[in-house]
Amino acid sequence: MSETKIYSRPESWMKEVHTHYCPGCGHGIAHRLICELIDEFGIQDKTISMAPVGCAAMMYDYIDIDYVEAPHGRAPAVATGIKRVYPEKIVFTYQGDGDLASIGMAEIIHAANRGENITVIFINNAIYGMTGGQMAPTTLIGQKATTCPLGRDPQLAGYPIRMCELLASLETPSYIERVSVARPKYTIKAKEALKKGFRYQMDKKGFSFIEVLSSCPTNWGLTPIKSFEWQLENMVPYYPLGIFKDFE
Amino acid sequence: MTKVLMKGSEAIAEAAIQAGCTHFFGYPITPQNEIPEYMSAHLPEHGGIYIQGESEVASINMVLGAAATGCQVMTSSSSPGISLMSEGISYLAGSELPCVIVNVMRGGPGLGGILPSQADYLQATKGGGNGDYNLMVFAPGNLQEAVDLVQSAWDYAFKYRNPVMILADGFMGQMMEPVEIKEHKTDRGNVESWALGYYKERGNKRSLIKSMNLTPELLEEHNIHLQEKYAAMKKEETMFELVNLDDAELVIASYGTSARIAKTAISHLRNEGYKVGMVRPITLFPFPYEAFDRIPASTKHILDIEMNMGQMIDDVKIATACKYPVSFFGHCGGLAPSVEEIEAECKKILG
Repeated sequence: MSETKIYSRPESWMKEVHTHYCPGCGHGIAHRLICELIDEFGIQDKTISMAPVGCAAMMYDYIDIDYVEAPHGRAPAVATGIKRVYPEKIVFTYQGDGDLASIGMAEIIHAANRGENITVIFINNAIYGMTGGQMAPTTLIGQKATTCPLGRDPQLAGYPIRMCELLASLETPSYIERVSVARPKYTIKAKEALKKGFRYQMDKKGFSFIEVLSSCPTNWGLTPIKSFEWQLENMVPYYPLGIFKDFE
Repeated sequence: MTKVLMKGSEAIAEAAIQAGCTHFFGYPITPQNEIPEYMSAHLPEHGGIYIQGESEVASINMVLGAAATGCQVMTSSSSPGISLMSEGISYLAGSELPCVIVNVMRGGPGLGGILPSQADYLQATKGGGNGDYNLMVFAPGNLQEAVDLVQSAWDYAFKYRNPVMILADGFMGQMMEPVEIKEHKTDRGNVESWALGYYKERGNKRSLIKSMNLTPELLEEHNIHLQEKYAAMKKEETMFELVNLDDAELVIASYGTSARIAKTAISHLRNEGYKVGMVRPITLFPFPYEAFDRIPASTKHILDIEMNMGQMIDDVKIATACKYPVSFFGHCGGLAPSVEEIEAECKKILG
């Protein structure tokens, strides 16, 4: 028996738009996964998100849901304000490594520790993309960036921060997982993790955090294919994939 | 309701609750801790929500999130805390979001002191955060006026979709006075037309609230729109009080607690035959320039009195087009000018 499967753009994807993301960037994949889940859960009319500062600052141009812009790093605080008004709506933040793990460190730690019933999607590509390739808190040791041209030196800049592990040390968060979008098999798992994050929020289980390892071919100076390989060879050993906390 | 004796901070908090405030986000700082303390105890009794933010930075962004839903949200802080909130305040103004911010001012700059001051006049009225924006700034002169201004603040905030700041000083936060706090029905306008959370009500049209615009022409257009709002505020919303102005030879310009002290000095001086009056701005933005047009021909001198080093004096000079000599008298750092000092300064000027 044959089965017909239609591949189409998600309904919650803005009509007739193309992203500004570079070829090989993980943002487009992560955006698509979010849209697919919004469609599957049927929650387009009650999902609210915040545009971060960084490459995804204009993600509201691609995803057709309610949006408010958050100052750099403050999305978890903004989400707190929204969710405390609307406990029944679905609220998620989407933040890069500079936004979340550097300037927004206080906001993410405390939103997690309060157990805000939100879903946080953390895109880690180990670099500042939008501003042109500066060192991020997640830049790997030896990895070159425009503000560490000889490679990250731990004597000068310390070691890269592992956000999942850091947040997993808190008592309150319900669910913390790290995934990747470097290969289709990882992307399928990434979608499962995001799905769980949204489902837990709908079930009022509390704070969910999904870190998505991503690639930045432009600022890494690699081709899209090479950058996926680089991610798996270099980032995954330092940022191991898997579940760090799950209340279930 | 009859008058009750209340501490200023608590009167401000209760007034806010009676005006329909549902959400409060704040971070402790002296001398205004009684506001969040009161809110944490009493807002939940009225079905509202109090959250202590991890910082002023987080608190104002919680305010931003809640304001984007069109609810009645509030925060309070004191001077260094307001500096930390300035990023969020600029975003709130740029994103056209209504909220109420109370600044119980203390001495600065930097950590300064914890005693009463009016050292944030310029920060409140001329910016603080980045960009061309203005807050509506109300400076109550006594606790009853503070109660009334807090209660009406959301009406203005929603009318103009702009943050409103109550600029009080540490005296006002700590003193006790009899106040009457009535229930106040806030007019939030047509919130569904712009706020988050009304996707269905708008016929499956989402809300997008932001301050960023990378197209220069569009960003300029947005700024022109903001300026039109500020121009409307200047035309429609100035508030001021005139005291014994008619035959005044010396006019005091002062606001808040320093104006209150000056008022006592004026009554003493009048009893002694000195012709002293006062212009007291209640809205510091929009600044009531037209109030100074009422200064009579008999006036020879203007005396600006503040609990800072003279931050309002430029506005007074603009308002009077430098027609009169303007001088400053005041104290800062937590000190207030005394009635006797003001009397002596006025007598010195009048000769």
